Amino acid sequence: MFSFILRRVAGFIPVLFVIVSLSFFVMRLAPGGPFDQDRALPEQVRANIEARYHLDEPLWTQYFRYLGDVTRGDLGPSFRYPDRSVNELLGLGFPVSLLLGSCAMTVALLAGGTAGLLAGVRRNSLVDYLTMSLALGGVSVPNFVLGPILMLIFALGLGWLPVAGWGTWRHLILPSLTLGAFYAAYVARLMRAGMLEVIGQDFIRTARAKGLREAAVVLRHALPSAILPVVTYLGPASAAVLTGSVVIETIFSIPGIGRYFVGAALNRDYTLVLGTVVSYSVLLLSLNLAVDVLYAWLDPRVQIR
Amino acid sequence: MRREWCGILVAALLLALAPVGVCAQEQVFRINNTAEPESLDPGIVTGVPEHRILSNLFEGLTTTDPKDLSPRPGMAASWTLSRDGLVYTFALRDARWTDGKPVTAHDFLYAWERVLNPKTGAKYAQQLYYLKNGEEYNKGRLTDFTQVGVKALDAKSLRVTLRCPTAYFLDLTSFFTLYPVPRWAIEAHGKDWVKTGKIVSNGPFRLVSWVPQKELVLEKNPQHWDAATVKLQKVVFLPTDDINTAYKQFLAGDSDWLPTVPAAQIESARSRPEHYVSPYLGTYYFRFNVTKAPVSDVRVRKALSLAVDRELLTKFVTKSGEIPYASFVPGGLRGYEGGMGSGFDAVVAKKLLAEAGYPDGKGFPRVELLYNTSDLHRVITQAVQQMWKEQLGIHVDLVNLEWKVYLARQGSLDYQIARAGWIGDYVDPNTFLDLWVTGGGNNQTAWSSKRYDDLIGQAACKLVNAKDRMRALQVAERLLLEEAPILPLFTYVNKGMLSRRVKGWYPNILDLHPLKFISLER
Repeated sequence: MFSFILRRVAGFIPVLFVIVSLSFFVMRLAPGGPFDQDRALPEQVRANIEARYHLDEPLWTQYFRYLGDVTRGDLGPSFRYPDRSVNELLGLGFPVSLLLGSCAMTVALLAGGTAGLLAGVRRNSLVDYLTMSLALGGVSVPNFVLGPILMLIFALGLGWLPVAGWGTWRHLILPSLTLGAFYAAYVARLMRAGMLEVIGQDFIRTARAKGLREAAVVLRHALPSAILPVVTYLGPASAAVLTGSVVIETIFSIPGIGRYFVGAALNRDYTLVLGTVVSYSVLLLSLNLAVDVLYAWLDPRVQIR
Repeated sequence: MRREWCGILVAALLLALAPVGVCAQEQVFRINNTAEPESLDPGIVTGVPEHRILSNLFEGLTTTDPKDLSPRPGMAASWTLSRDGLVYTFALRDARWTDGKPVTAHDFLYAWERVLNPKTGAKYAQQLYYLKNGEEYNKGRLTDFTQVGVKALDAKSLRVTLRCPTAYFLDLTSFFTLYPVPRWAIEAHGKDWVKTGKIVSNGPFRLVSWVPQKELVLEKNPQHWDAATVKLQKVVFLPTDDINTAYKQFLAGDSDWLPTVPAAQIESARSRPEHYVSPYLGTYYFRFNVTKAPVSDVRVRKALSLAVDRELLTKFVTKSGEIPYASFVPGGLRGYEGGMGSGFDAVVAKKLLAEAGYPDGKGFPRVELLYNTSDLHRVITQAVQQMWKEQLGIHVDLVNLEWKVYLARQGSLDYQIARAGWIGDYVDPNTFLDLWVTGGGNNQTAWSSKRYDDLIGQAACKLVNAKDRMRALQVAERLLLEEAPILPLFTYVNKGMLSRRVKGWYPNILDLHPLKFISLER
């Protein structure tokens, strides 16, 4: 098990190398540079600023310099925010994005999982129809529509929660709901399907025949197998939640790395863009690994070698 | 029995007074600053969101009157100007930095050298090109700073020698690029000197905390020389850049001032008492690339300009009270008579287009009009496109570009027509007209006129008499509009939302609102 994880982590390195290299050059293909602004800079001033950030060097030299810095864990200075390094900005934004993502995932798993479970157990009942229509809505409404609607109802209309911002648990609720809604809906459908498949199988009938209570049958015997499709979906879902928070962070004015990702790309803040791409990549790779390990633990048929 | 009553009475009194006490001390002003400040270093920054913070955190030689924007004493208690209009001598008041050190003439000398030093790479170094040899030092043609026109005569007097008499120099000394900075803090902390706990400043407010993309908090600086004027205890700057969210935050009472309104919400905003509109020192216009046919022909350019009904545009498209305007220098500048551009005239427009070889628009080549991504620019360019089609029978393609691409294409003259806007830096026509001199970095039309350059040059340096100077500038603008490398559309307005409990906030053409005069009513 340990050597499996170690091998996978070692495999991250070439993947990251390709990601960094591709992003580096693609970013440079975009027209305009970090110091283009609506008020033109005098030539000399521009040249001095570019020299400070080594932008006057040939692209290859810059590339190798960047690779060297990244291996040492230094993501460079931000061009847009000259007082701060990319490490500092990401260090501030990462915990925020992670907290938001985890809350959204919790919403998705708790709400979606419970709804799917009930719908699966009570197939073709009112509960089933109700949750599945809600899920259909959740899948179809994009988060940039849902967010402002929730804001209008709960912040402006009822005044229960703040419109946007960050700092207290009350700031977390609306963005987590908005971000988690789609995944909750998806999880509900997966959970229901998984439940339906398992509930008719022999070992469930055996469990029932032993005279177990229905709750025990469902939770202890059916659930571990029924939840497998959901677990498989966890990896891509966590990835999508984290990258999807880009939109949510902008709408709700949340100081996570998603805000930097969009802003930096628009500002041609090369180092900050690369920094966010690298962080996202590391996160996604680790999440995929975590899911593989979790899968093996839940399903005895899967073996890790 | 009686004692019990007494206790209840006291408790009731306390309860009744408690909210009054709390409200009276809660002078917290919340501003939606619409963007995260790039830096707090006065020598480095260039933007409006930074200006809103820095103009309260630091203080220059002069400050700005909140109503008419005229210069008031700041760090300088008084000043004298030599008869030739070239030498200012500032007498500094006894003021202190937040760490207790006195503010001296050497702090200004250090700050100005830092901005002009080519190694600093200050983007707004041009603000000090008014000093004698300032430009030469910044461009590396001169390395001896003692030859630049600024000297500390002693700790409390600063002598400034200008290149040319500059009517608006005292406006510039209240601008952030010319603020003093604390040498010892910069040398001790490097670029970290602007962060919480390290920053040393000299303004009416001081920094409490700064969390990127979350909030920045200032509090009253009790050591400031004019602390008696300051009523606000605390100011919070929110960096919400999604303006639809910012608008909702204002409606929910989370902010007291939102200096903009989302285009889609204009109608709803206008029905609210908190909404305000006032003229702004800025012009919305189109640029022509005079090297590219067909707009290389002045007749075509003028025809396009005359075919635009600006009244219609501001009334039904922009809808926020913008002032239709066919000249470049906005109206209302003291001593300047502008507004000489010709408005809508479809007949003359058609005639000019026919003379240029395109009667009724026949044979008019493919022309592109560039605009950067924004709802407002989209609807404006669409409206103008429609007007040109109706009045002249020509079709223009609209090209939507992302901001940096749009800048790059304008800068490299890779366009025919492009939308643009210019906001004045100071209250003088020169900030609009010196754009168009030959080779100017912001010209970007390739238009060039020897006579125009001469007029601007004379106004900048030779004409000391204010009337003569304004007259030269007027002649220059008339020439500019005659040759029409640009197509002015309207004067911008400040539009935003201001809580009704805010007092001491006055509309003005630079949209500057010094916080030291602002207070909140209960």
